[in-house]
Amino acid sequence: MSEQKSHIDQFCENSEANGVPVHRTDRGDVANRLSELCEPATVAVPLPWDDVTLPDEATVRPTPAELETAMTGVTPAGAVADYGSLLIRSTADGAEPMSLFPERHVAVVDMSDVHPTMESATAALGPACRDEGASAIVATGPSATADMGELVHGAHGPTDVEVILFEGEQ
Amino acid sequence: MSSDTRREKAARIRRLMETEGDIVQANTTDFNEGRYDSVARLDDYEKLKDEVRATKEDAIERLPELIEAVREVVESRGGHVYLADDAADANRYVAEVCDAKDADRVVKSKSMTTEEIDVNEHLQGEGVNVVETDLGEWVLQVADEAPSHLVAPAIHKSREAISDLFNEVFELDESLETAEELTQFAREQLWTDIKRADIGMTGANFITADSGTLALVTSEGNARKTAVVPDTHVAVAGVEKLLPSVEDLQPFVELIGRSGTGQDITSYISLLTPPADSPVVDFDRPDKPIDPATTDNREFHLVLLDNGRMEMREDDQLRETLYCIRCGACSNVCMNFQHVGGHAFGGETYTGGIATGWEAGVEGLDTAAEFNDLCTGCSRCVEACPVKIDIPWINTVVRDRVNSGEDSEFDWLVEGLTPDSETGGLAPRKRLFGNFEPLAKLGSATAPLSNWLAGLDPSQLLLERVFEIDRRRNLPTFRRETLVDWVRDRVDHTPSDPSARVVLYPDLYTNHVLVERGKAAVRLLEALDVDVVVPDVPGSGRAPLSQGMIATARQKAEAVTDALEPILEDGRDVVVIEPSDLAMFRNEYDRLLPESRAARIQEDSFELFEYVYGLLKNGIDADALSRPDDDVSVAYHSHCQQRTLGLEAHTVAVLERLGYDVTTSDVECCGMAGSFGYKLEYYDLSVDIAADLCGHLTADEPDHIVASGTSCIEQIGSVGDTKPVHPVELVAPGSSP
Repeated sequence: MSEQKSHIDQFCENSEANGVPVHRTDRGDVANRLSELCEPATVAVPLPWDDVTLPDEATVRPTPAELETAMTGVTPAGAVADYGSLLIRSTADGAEPMSLFPERHVAVVDMSDVHPTMESATAALGPACRDEGASAIVATGPSATADMGELVHGAHGPTDVEVILFEGEQ
Repeated sequence: MSSDTRREKAARIRRLMETEGDIVQANTTDFNEGRYDSVARLDDYEKLKDEVRATKEDAIERLPELIEAVREVVESRGGHVYLADDAADANRYVAEVCDAKDADRVVKSKSMTTEEIDVNEHLQGEGVNVVETDLGEWVLQVADEAPSHLVAPAIHKSREAISDLFNEVFELDESLETAEELTQFAREQLWTDIKRADIGMTGANFITADSGTLALVTSEGNARKTAVVPDTHVAVAGVEKLLPSVEDLQPFVELIGRSGTGQDITSYISLLTPPADSPVVDFDRPDKPIDPATTDNREFHLVLLDNGRMEMREDDQLRETLYCIRCGACSNVCMNFQHVGGHAFGGETYTGGIATGWEAGVEGLDTAAEFNDLCTGCSRCVEACPVKIDIPWINTVVRDRVNSGEDSEFDWLVEGLTPDSETGGLAPRKRLFGNFEPLAKLGSATAPLSNWLAGLDPSQLLLERVFEIDRRRNLPTFRRETLVDWVRDRVDHTPSDPSARVVLYPDLYTNHVLVERGKAAVRLLEALDVDVVVPDVPGSGRAPLSQGMIATARQKAEAVTDALEPILEDGRDVVVIEPSDLAMFRNEYDRLLPESRAARIQEDSFELFEYVYGLLKNGIDADALSRPDDDVSVAYHSHCQQRTLGLEAHTVAVLERLGYDVTTSDVECCGMAGSFGYKLEYYDLSVDIAADLCGHLTADEPDHIVASGTSCIEQIGSVGDTKPVHPVELVAPGSSP
């Protein structure tokens, strides 16, 4: 248990160093935290956990027009502790565009989906890619470019990324 | 190449130094420093490098099998795989895909491989509009310029230049100034293009053969949009990008960002297993909710490009190039690249030291010959390369192959002087530098006459005319009494109970030119009770090797080994003053000699201060050495190849132990690099680099400036107004620190 705690702490520390704040909370409180963090309009991928819900105002299955004008996109994600990275698995209900198009991406992460290292994350992805044809993005910090002469956060992707990390038994 | 052509080249290099040099230097230096910091945070950098090296060796070995495996898995998911023989074949296929989809708009994310085949030009010729979405690539597309760096294509463009470009081309009412404004403008323009695109085209940093997963290493997010917004995705990648499995990606992912831009990891590593499991976002029907079922409508084409790669795979010397992951570390660490950028140090497509291998393989020797002299063999890239590619060796081999095609009207003049083993067709200047050994012998035998003659204006002009040596350089002053003569003629100093027995290798420069540092080395070793002999041993072969004269270098390596083996047999160690010669013994002899002979000399050879450090560590009394008074400061420039061998620290440690306050330069190389700085077309570049180094060394007004390499000493001495010496000249007994 103490080892798990340490890699969770490591994830939080590294993520914040990457400019991505981590908000730790209980499973029951995720919807409230989302309401606070989501700048409207919000589009979202349905969350895969039974008692973890989206705020009512979030639009699931948006139209392309809604997706384009949304300020916030909410998706579930995994994480990689040693790099403070998010692991965003592509899904048919649109995790990829929803984590990419809006200015702000809010990732909801179950503590048990935090991999300690890039090595363990890659080891888990191998079978998923081979057997299920899975795609995933390892996202570290907001999108960025240095191509315009200086470092700018917010290039083609989100400018702000926030993480809600929840714990507790189902 | 004629002198006129060389003058044109010199002018072009000067122009690039003036127009692009400053911004390229600022950016590459940033990347390079970032790399040092980032890899230092790893628990085991060397282990990761060994892993990626082993994986690439295995993947290239098994390439035909991996191509079949990826074809099978991609096709099993409904995708298409096309193995393109060459650029024309790849372009034809991509154009056919566009035609079949009735596509007239393509968006692209950054890909050097599509630059290699010029797919944009080809598609535009077929009436297809192609837009680059990487911001750097887009700037270049708008400016109609070529990339100048493998990962940062617009590294030569400052914010001001981009601002001027946009304001002029787009005729904006309100001018864009800040990087944020420029980025926002580009993002909005390109988003319109992405939404309207029929096809998205990407490259791939890696492709895993077990799952058909493409790994794309990016930061902006444009590759993500390019791959999933249009319903059709075409990926173009060289066959060498294949890795066996997804799990193999881990060390590459951990090293590529650190090696390239000095980031621990870039913002996005996309692991895409096409056809992507993402709904099509159809902006033509903006009010129809996205539909999970549309993931089935996706189309995917993987174009695997050969274009000379399978031949490179069969070529024992060029094969290593295929291990390259195109991170740009070799460019960022390279002093010449830092000062001129990829528009001088690059070929048709690729830039930096590794470009010689790529251009030789995919374009041909002619293209590689245009720029490969800019690799001076300093070897700093060998340490920076995450795949441990011996980039200087690739440059040497290509130079050797290029040499055999060169003929000159002046062959008759050098023929008698230059007993090398090359088979004809070698340019006079290469012959001159490659045959430094007979020249040095002649120079010492006829000194001081040889030095007077060399210093005369007509001689300088002749050197410039025939050998294309810049007349502003002073030639070395040969000493009548060589180090070997001096040792032979003096009274015997052999200690009765020696702490060690060594042969001090009389490298050509120490023996004929910088004799004082040789004498100081003998005095230093003897003060530590070492039994020193200095026999007449041939040159190491460094001089011919640097000119790409491999056969001559091999002949020298054999002669050196013949001379040293009996001495090694007798239990002596070899101590070397000149780092570039030690680097020959430790590294290049592997390529030139049978394994067992190379191993022997490798194991028993030491750099002078490495050896002294060992003696002191073993408790030998250092009292006899010269110590400074209080607060004597030393600025030290270690030789480039010495640093690659990991031997800078030993000199620093010995100097500090004796009480010096030591600072070291972080300039990677002095810019002289043997013969490079003498050459007509590179003189200005070489001096520009040296000016940086001298600035570093003199910043804190040290009491002494010391350097280990001959080239460094000459370069610092000729550019600045200081007189650097080898560190041994400070610490040997009888010196005046």
